[in-house]
Amino acid sequence: MLTIKNLHASVEEGAEILKGLNMEVNAGEVHAIMGPNGAGKSTLAAVLAGKEGYDITQGEVSFDGKDLLELETEDRAKEGMFLAFQYPVEIPGVSNINFLKTALNEIREYRGEEALNAKDFMARVRKSSEIVNLDPKLASRSVNAGFSGGEKKRNEIFQMAMLEPKLSILDETDSGLDIDALKVVSDGVNKLRSKDNAVIIITHYQRLLDYITPDYVHVLADGKIVKTGPKELALELEEKGYDWLNEEKETV
Amino acid sequence: MEVAAENKVLSFVNGWERPTEENAVRKEALQALNAMEFPTTRVEDWKYTRVGKITKRSFKQLNTTIDTSPYIIEDLDAHQLVFVNGYYREDLSAIKKDDALTIQPVDRVDDAYYGQLVEDIDENVFSLMNKAYSNGGVYLHVAKQMKVEHPIHMIHVLTGDEVVANPRHFIRVEQGGKAEVVTTFQSEKAEESFSNVVMEGHVEANAHLRIHKVQTEAKNCFHIANELFVQDEGSQFLINTITTGSRLTRNGLNVIVEGENCHTEMNGAYLGTDRQHLDNHTLIDQLYSNCTSSETYKGVMDDKSVGVFNGKVIVRQDSQNIEAYQSNGNILLSKEATVNSKPELEIYADDVRCSHGSTTGQLDEEALFYLRTRGISEKNAKNLLVAAFIGDVLEKIDIEPLRKSVDQHFLEEFGWEF
Repeated sequence: MLTIKNLHASVEEGAEILKGLNMEVNAGEVHAIMGPNGAGKSTLAAVLAGKEGYDITQGEVSFDGKDLLELETEDRAKEGMFLAFQYPVEIPGVSNINFLKTALNEIREYRGEEALNAKDFMARVRKSSEIVNLDPKLASRSVNAGFSGGEKKRNEIFQMAMLEPKLSILDETDSGLDIDALKVVSDGVNKLRSKDNAVIIITHYQRLLDYITPDYVHVLADGKIVKTGPKELALELEEKGYDWLNEEKETV
Repeated sequence: MEVAAENKVLSFVNGWERPTEENAVRKEALQALNAMEFPTTRVEDWKYTRVGKITKRSFKQLNTTIDTSPYIIEDLDAHQLVFVNGYYREDLSAIKKDDALTIQPVDRVDDAYYGQLVEDIDENVFSLMNKAYSNGGVYLHVAKQMKVEHPIHMIHVLTGDEVVANPRHFIRVEQGGKAEVVTTFQSEKAEESFSNVVMEGHVEANAHLRIHKVQTEAKNCFHIANELFVQDEGSQFLINTITTGSRLTRNGLNVIVEGENCHTEMNGAYLGTDRQHLDNHTLIDQLYSNCTSSETYKGVMDDKSVGVFNGKVIVRQDSQNIEAYQSNGNILLSKEATVNSKPELEIYADDVRCSHGSTTGQLDEEALFYLRTRGISEKNAKNLLVAAFIGDVLEKIDIEPLRKSVDQHFLEEFGWEF
């Protein structure tokens, strides 16, 4: 579904953040990307979503056979990519419902499907908000405006449920969550998993992976995937920290 | 006659006709015009607005008729008063029977009463030209302790090339009376024509007056409005001003609060494209204690358009316990658009709570990116953010059919959906 080959990216000021990253994600898989602060985890998420301010200097990314890097941000979403933000943006005055209706209808139009009628749309809102126990009242409020940290993260997963992406990238979704919210959010993600979609979990800590079991754990350090392993790798990282990897690398 | 030829103001009005019936207002305005000059940008009040675009042209009066159907607001059950190029067209108007409301030509306002009301109030060259040459306009009188059941819709249509319209209106809401007015300004096959409007009123003790002004004239026309309202004690006055029209618009709005326990509210939304110049000048003069005022103006400027906001609040020395809130926010959608925003508070009393804020910026890039990651195109994402930005001003239009027609206008004009 997603193939990243030798990806190099720099911030526009010049510093290279991603230095030859390779990765392959197939339908039905959950990949965790872990790594120390500053390794390039959030840059990877931003580059995949098409955020401005980065120069892709080398490499390629294909998403379901399409050249992802050639697509506008909104077209990546229409092709089925979803980014759950580490810091969801507050947008006063734009209601959750209104914006999701616009988004869903644009996505459906792109795919040659008819717009959802009001009844089906509202049914979907109800179903999706149940998945993350989001108060339906929050669904009609302004996007993230005045939401608590936990509500913001639940709202991200609510939107994921609404938009039914093929590939979801969860960028530090666990940050700032208490244990109850963490359970609700991961429970929501688990409900949305299927053999047809895939999830990339970007996280600094292992604790989210107690609830969402990854098929692969990648360690991202200094702009590259330095190690890939099964879910047990996450536990090892938690125990030994990231310095252990550097030592291992040096001894090799 | 040589003197007249040298005076730019007099040559500007040269050829305009005046109604034969003379009254004090007309006579005094005509006389005052002799000594007037057009303002330059050296005059503080006109610092950001050059009127040369208007004053270098010449305009003629034109009394004609139109089909009013495009200007009737769907489902707005209102008294309809029609003004074509500033001439009151009773034949095209539809007035309901209502004992609370009397509609007469503006000349019927009592000279002595009017003279006293506007005493000491500065006129400018445009209001004087209007008053000297106005040949249409109404005096709306709302009776004591009575409420006008339906909104009063004043439909202004500017039509023809290089035409000037000088409508002049006066609204008097007597003690405890209540009325709501919708004024729309539109144009039809008008090229480089000029609306020069005067709208004045008196909201007497405990009376309520609400006005919604929507100006969507063609973008090669010109619009100058001089609006003055005097509030007596315990009265409430609200005016919402929505401007998307004209090459050059200047809304000069003055409210003189002449009694305690008044509330004044002014809101505005102005949306410019091309090379439009949209100027809102407001003044609230608090002469008495225990009053509140609230003012919110928002601008969205695209292309090479220019927005101007000047909001002056004066709290006089003996006016204690005044609460005045003012905010002006602007969004620039293009690098070439500009806004000049100038809040001006003159406070001479001690016990006053005044707040003001002025912001000018671009759309929030982070919010734009967020919306786009959900599959929303850049254009629609911008529309959602712009709509959210001016939404709180539009929400002040509490007449549902009017709100709908404004929304429809925004959709057609800018593709903005609310």
